[in-house]
Amino acid sequence: MSIATTTLTDWKLRAGQSQGLLIAVAVFVAMFTLYITNHPAGLTVPVVTTAANKAVLLALVAMAQTLPVLTGGLDLSVGMIFVMTNCLASAIVGGEPWQVALGIVGVLLAGALAGFVNGAIVVYGRLQPIITTLATGAIYYGFALLIRPVPGGNVDGDLADFMTYTVFGETVPTSLLALLAAVLIIWLPFRHSVIGRGCYAIGSAEGAAYMSGVAIGRSKLAAYTLSGLLAGLAGLMLTFVTYSGEASAPIGGTYTLNSIAAVVIGGTSLYGGAGGAIGSIFGAFILRTIDDLLFVFDLPPLWQPLFQGVVLLGAVSLGAARVFRVKNRLELFN
Amino acid sequence: MTDQPTIESPFWQMQGITKRYGGVLALDDVDFTCQRGEIHAVLGENGAGKSTLIKITAGVVAPSAGRLVLEGRDIAFAGPQEADKAGIVCIFQELSLMPDLSVADNICMTAPPGRFGFINPRAQRRRAEALLARVGCADVNPLEQVKNLSLSRRQMVEIAKALGRNPRLLILDEATSALTAGDVEKVYGILRDLRRDGLAILYISHRMHEIAELADTCSVFRNGRHIETFEKGARSDNEIVRLMIGREYTQVYPPKPQREAPPAPALAIKNLSWSNRLNDVSLTVGKGEIVGLGGLDGQGQRELLLALFGVLRGVSGRVEIDGRPARIASPGAAKSERVRMALIPEDRKSEGLLLPMSVRDNIAMASIGRFTTKGLLGGLFIDRARQDAKVDDVIKRLAIKCGDPDSPVGTLSGGNQQKVVIAKWLMTEARVILLNAPTRGIDVGTKQEIYQLLRELADAGTAILFYTTDYDELIGCCDRVSIMYDGAILRELAGDAINEEQIVASALNIDFRPLPAEPEPGSPPCLEARA
Repeated sequence: MSIATTTLTDWKLRAGQSQGLLIAVAVFVAMFTLYITNHPAGLTVPVVTTAANKAVLLALVAMAQTLPVLTGGLDLSVGMIFVMTNCLASAIVGGEPWQVALGIVGVLLAGALAGFVNGAIVVYGRLQPIITTLATGAIYYGFALLIRPVPGGNVDGDLADFMTYTVFGETVPTSLLALLAAVLIIWLPFRHSVIGRGCYAIGSAEGAAYMSGVAIGRSKLAAYTLSGLLAGLAGLMLTFVTYSGEASAPIGGTYTLNSIAAVVIGGTSLYGGAGGAIGSIFGAFILRTIDDLLFVFDLPPLWQPLFQGVVLLGAVSLGAARVFRVKNRLELFN
Repeated sequence: MTDQPTIESPFWQMQGITKRYGGVLALDDVDFTCQRGEIHAVLGENGAGKSTLIKITAGVVAPSAGRLVLEGRDIAFAGPQEADKAGIVCIFQELSLMPDLSVADNICMTAPPGRFGFINPRAQRRRAEALLARVGCADVNPLEQVKNLSLSRRQMVEIAKALGRNPRLLILDEATSALTAGDVEKVYGILRDLRRDGLAILYISHRMHEIAELADTCSVFRNGRHIETFEKGARSDNEIVRLMIGREYTQVYPPKPQREAPPAPALAIKNLSWSNRLNDVSLTVGKGEIVGLGGLDGQGQRELLLALFGVLRGVSGRVEIDGRPARIASPGAAKSERVRMALIPEDRKSEGLLLPMSVRDNIAMASIGRFTTKGLLGGLFIDRARQDAKVDDVIKRLAIKCGDPDSPVGTLSGGNQQKVVIAKWLMTEARVILLNAPTRGIDVGTKQEIYQLLRELADAGTAILFYTTDYDELIGCCDRVSIMYDGAILRELAGDAINEEQIVASALNIDFRPLPAEPEPGSPPCLEARA
C-alpha cells in the first residue's frame, strides 16, 4: 500500500468514526445559511454576534454534559450549576480589576467543586449518576436561591460588554473566542490525555477497562469535575449576557434537557464511549438556530419545541440503525 | 525454599493453594509449577478448577490458603494490575477489548506512550503497528474501531495487546477457540518464538490436537485437585481422559424407562444453522424422552436452545412439533397453543426471574393469558383468585419453600428460585421443555427433586431437551445424549454408551477405545460420529 492510499484509508476511517459530528456540522451550516439568506440584514457582525452570544451558553453547557455522558453516565445538574454560578458571579465579579479576576476564579472553582462532588458521590458512593445529579442539582439550585432570592446583582460592566461584543476590529464575536478557548484549554487536552482515554474506555466497556488497568475512579472524577468547570464557565458567560443573576428553575431545567439533546444531535452515544464535545457544540448551535429560523420565517415561536423534537428524533434514529443488524434478540435488551 | 531468587528457581509456583467460594471448594491444596521457556498445558473437565487456577495466577482472585512464589520469592497480588506489573499477562476471550475504541487505543490502553499524562498518537500508532505486524495482522488498520473487526481479528488484537505488556508469564485461556485456521497457525508460530525467548506460557485448551502440537508439559486437574503433571508424549489420549474423569457419584437418579421402540418424535430439528455458531444441527426428541445435550461449555448448546425458542434472528433449517412444521419467531410464539414450548434459561437472575416481584407473580408470568376475567371486558384484566389458586397448587407440587407467596422472589434461596422458574413454565403445560443448566449452583436436595420432576414430566409425555455441563447428570437423567462440538452435533450416545469415558472423549473430539483390561462384552463401546 502506498503512502497516499494509506492516508486516504486513514481519512476514510476517521470520517466514518466522526459521522455524527460531520452530519451535525453539515446540518448546522445548512440551517445557518438558510437563516442568513433570509435575514433582512444578511451576514453582518451584529447578527452573528447576537446569534453567537445565545448559542455559546448552550454550547458550553452541552460540552459540560458531554463528559459524564462519555463515561456512560448522565448529569442532570449541569443546568443548576449553570444557574448557581450565574448567581454567584452576579455577587462576586465586580469592583477593582483584581477583585474581578478573583471573582472569576471563584466562580469557576465553585463550578468545578460542584462537579467534583457529583463525581465523588458517583465514584465512591457508587450511586447511579442520573439520580445523584438529580439530587445534587436540587441542592445547587438551593444555593442559587440563597445567593439570589430575587433576581438582581451586578457584574463588571466593561468586562461584560467586552465579552458580549466583538474583537479584532469588530469582526469576531468575543463569546465565540471564549468557546474556542474552552475547547483548546479544556476539551482537547482532556481528549488526548490518559484520563480522557480512560473515560472513553469506561463508557465503551467498563469491565474491560478495569481488566486493562484503567484508573476508573480517577477518570470519572475528572470527567465530572471538568463538567462542573465548563458549566461554571457557562454561568459566568450568562452573567455577562444578562448583567445580573437569577435563580431560575426553568432556565436550569431547560438548559439541562437541551444539553442532553445537543449531545445526542452532536453524535455522542448516550451509552458512552463514542463521540465528543465538538459535536455537542454543533448540536447546541443547531438547537439555537431553530429559534432564529422561526423568527426569520415569521412562524410563531410556539413552534420551537415541536421542531426541536423533530430534529432530536431524527438524530436518535440515525444512531438506532444498529438494531436492524442484531442477530440475537436478547442483545437488544442489554 | 530460600528467599534468595536464583536463576534455577522456577518462574511461578503455587504451593498448597486452596480456594473456597462460599461452601464450594474450587481448588483443594494444589501444588503447581510453571518453568521459563515451556508451554504448559492445563487440562480438566468443566469445573475441574482450571479457571480458578488462572484467576489466582492473574491476580483476579486471592487464594483462601497457600503460598504463591514468583522467581523464588513469596508474592501476593491485590489485583490484576499488580500481576501485570510482575509480568503475568492473561489473554482473555475478547473480555478486555473496548469495542468503540480504535485498535491502537485498545492495544496501548494499559500504558499509552506519551508524557505528562498526555498520549502521543504517533508513537501509539507506531507501537500498535509493530505489535500487529508481530502477530501477523499488519493488514489491520490501527485506526479501525474494534467493533468493526471479525471475531478472529479481535482475538488477534487481544493477543497483540497482551504482547505489548511485555509478559514473562503468558496465560492463554481458550484463546484460539474464536480464531480462523490461518490465525491459529500464526498464534502457534508466535508461541514457539516466545518459548524460545524464555517466556513461561500457560495454555488452556480443550482441543487435544493443539495440546499435542504445542505443549511441553501437561497438568491434569479434577475436582479442584492437581492430579498429575507429565511430559509431552508420556500419556496417550485415552490415559488423559481417564485422568480427567473419576468423580464420586453422589446423586441418586430416578429409574429410566425401558423402551421397545423409539417414541414418536415430539420435537424434530432438521439442519438448523445460525451465524457461524450453529452448523447443520439435526436432532429429535421423542414424546416422553429426556435427551441430554453434552459437550464442553460454549460449543453452541446455548445458541441451539435460543434458536429453538425464537430468540435468534436469521436461523435456517426446519423445526417440527408433533410432526407439523413450526415457525417460532419469538418466545411468545414458542409458548403459543400450537407449539407449547418452554425454556428454563441459563441465568435465572437475569433471564428467568423478575427479582423484585412476588413469587406468585413470577410463577404466573408465562401463563398470565389463561387467568383473565371473563365477560364484557374479557381478556383485559387478571382474575387474581383463579390465578393464585392455580399458582398455589404448583407451589405445593414443587414444594417451593417461601414464607409468603407474595414476598419478592429475590428473598428465596437459589434452589427455591430455580424451582420458581420451573414452576412458571409448568403452568404453561408445555409439551416441549428446553433446559439450560437448570441445576447450576443449587443444593443437592433440590437437584434430586428436579431430576425426579423431569422424569415425572417425561413419563406424562413431555419431551425434554436438557443441556448440562455436569456429565453425571447426562448419565443419570438422560435417555439419549447428543454431544456438541464447534456448533455441530458430533456424536449421539444411547444406552450403555452413555458413560463418562465416552462423554469426555466425545466432548474433546477424540475416539475413545476401552483398554483391553476392561472388556465390555455385548454392546459396541460407542456410536461413531454420523458425519
